[in-house]
Amino acid sequence: MGNYIKLVVLGLVALFALIAANFGRDLAYQVNFITFALAAIVAFVYTLRNTGEPVSTVDLSGEYMDGVVRAGVIATAFWGVVGFLVGVTIAFQLAFPVLNFDWAQGYANFGRLRPLHTSAVIFAFGGNALIATSFYVVQRTSAARLWGGNLAWFVFWGFQLFIVLAATGYLLGATQSKEYAEPEWYTDHWLTIVWVSYLAVFIGTLVKRKEPHIYVANWFYLSFILTVAMLHLVNNLSIPVSIYGSKSVQVFSGVQDAMVQWWYGHNAVGFFLTAGFLGMMYYFVPKQAERPIFSYKLSIIHFWALIFLYIWAGPHHLHYTALPDWAATLGMVFSIVLWMPSWGGMINGLMTLSGAWDKLRTDPIIRMMVISVGFYGMSTFEGPMMSIRAVNSLSHYTDWTIGHVHSGALGWNGMITFGALYFLVPKLWNKERLYSLSLVSWHFWLATIGIILYAASMWVTGIMEGLMWREVDANGFLVNSFADTVSAKFPMYVVRGLGGLMFLGGALIMCYNLWMTVKRSPAVEATNHVVPAE
Amino acid sequence: METYSLLREFADSWMLLLLFAFFCGMALWVFLRPGSTKTYNDIANIPFRHEDKPTPAKKSSGEKEA
Repeated sequence: MGNYIKLVVLGLVALFALIAANFGRDLAYQVNFITFALAAIVAFVYTLRNTGEPVSTVDLSGEYMDGVVRAGVIATAFWGVVGFLVGVTIAFQLAFPVLNFDWAQGYANFGRLRPLHTSAVIFAFGGNALIATSFYVVQRTSAARLWGGNLAWFVFWGFQLFIVLAATGYLLGATQSKEYAEPEWYTDHWLTIVWVSYLAVFIGTLVKRKEPHIYVANWFYLSFILTVAMLHLVNNLSIPVSIYGSKSVQVFSGVQDAMVQWWYGHNAVGFFLTAGFLGMMYYFVPKQAERPIFSYKLSIIHFWALIFLYIWAGPHHLHYTALPDWAATLGMVFSIVLWMPSWGGMINGLMTLSGAWDKLRTDPIIRMMVISVGFYGMSTFEGPMMSIRAVNSLSHYTDWTIGHVHSGALGWNGMITFGALYFLVPKLWNKERLYSLSLVSWHFWLATIGIILYAASMWVTGIMEGLMWREVDANGFLVNSFADTVSAKFPMYVVRGLGGLMFLGGALIMCYNLWMTVKRSPAVEATNHVVPAE
Repeated sequence: METYSLLREFADSWMLLLLFAFFCGMALWVFLRPGSTKTYNDIANIPFRHEDKPTPAKKSSGEKEA
């Protein structure tokens, strides 16, 4: 019966999506709705083929639901490589403008590819990593199978559809021009449905947990899911011009819109890229180090301090704007107070290794996790410093900001995700060990040196650019034109591109290593297979 | 009083006090509660249990990992 209802719904969705594509007023909208219709048709055929088949009555409550985690791991690796590749491409487009090919103008020039890069790495790579690891961690720490049956699969495929809709939309020009929130209204609505399902699966699993306590990693994951839901809803309050077009108009305007946007934007960093990934840290670092977290009490203080403070830090993006000074100062002060929980968390992660520091020499995976926590500490030191108004007057609009973001994103988010993937793949595919530890070492050094080249070149070019912009002669006239700074930056742009290339190379080595782990590594005695429960 | 001023006054006084008190109360609860160290040591070891299978509805098989 359930299948018949599903078939009716999917059929109607496909029909209406095709009608919408037919009436569509712009290319992005038409392509997006044809994609949507195709997804509905594929789901329809899949459901149809399973309708009337004998239903398996095996009780699965004695097994973890790892299929969706496996799919999430594959998606994370795939979108990671895509996102890094686009990043390297736009880095070289900045260094060599001729790479903005004439034949691809309007589709693959820097302006169209840049949001594709940010969304691909943050939401596609980071988001899939968060969904996959949160599903893995919440099951293990709750000692319960995921709640909601195939709802977890809906979350996975729904999120991939969101990524494809957003990515094709950007290239074809559907954007609401909000940093990290570029997708247009219908894509936002679809993400809302997927995200609420994600929240339901996560909370449902917590509710039926067998452990009396909720492990701290789940607190971080839950705060990430809840806050992102809230941020997404408020920042995407917009009214479509037509239901058959991708263009929409924001409800807020002027400085209110800017404030809401950076409240969203900074908390996308604070909750998506920090709280969620801290959830990963609090599970995978203890697991890989084979010892419990240094101080569980500190982790609770870390959690509450972080979520109490982060939500206020957004206005520091709007120094010297129409935003009232008191609001900008508030954002700046809260950013500086954030030093405390950030470094508390970093110390908690690093000190987990106390008494096991020798593992740094022998285990490249723990090395990856430790350098990731180190980068977390470094970028959460740099960020508050840059939020100080006087520093910001030099750093804002320069490449220093880009360098800061990438030391956090490549160093902290990238490295902890790689560490988690190296931990997860042998577990999920029942392998004794990784295919090659020396390849992990290669990945580690390529990625680390790549990040250092990236961050160092951006510091140099950013500070140089900031100083050139403010340089005045004896009569008070500006000394440099904008184009002067652009030509002065060329060598640093090339170095940055090379750093990105090394980081991408490391990720490709990881993909090869993980693939060979699944194909070649010796299997362990089956303990996690789907077998009938006794 | 207009809504902005009303909310602003509330946010600057009682809400601030409430949030601050909550935070201090949480810290005191975590550090000074009798038996908290023992409880948290147990919780901190959650990742090392149930690696392969969830807890069955009926308690039967022994845990492999301590």
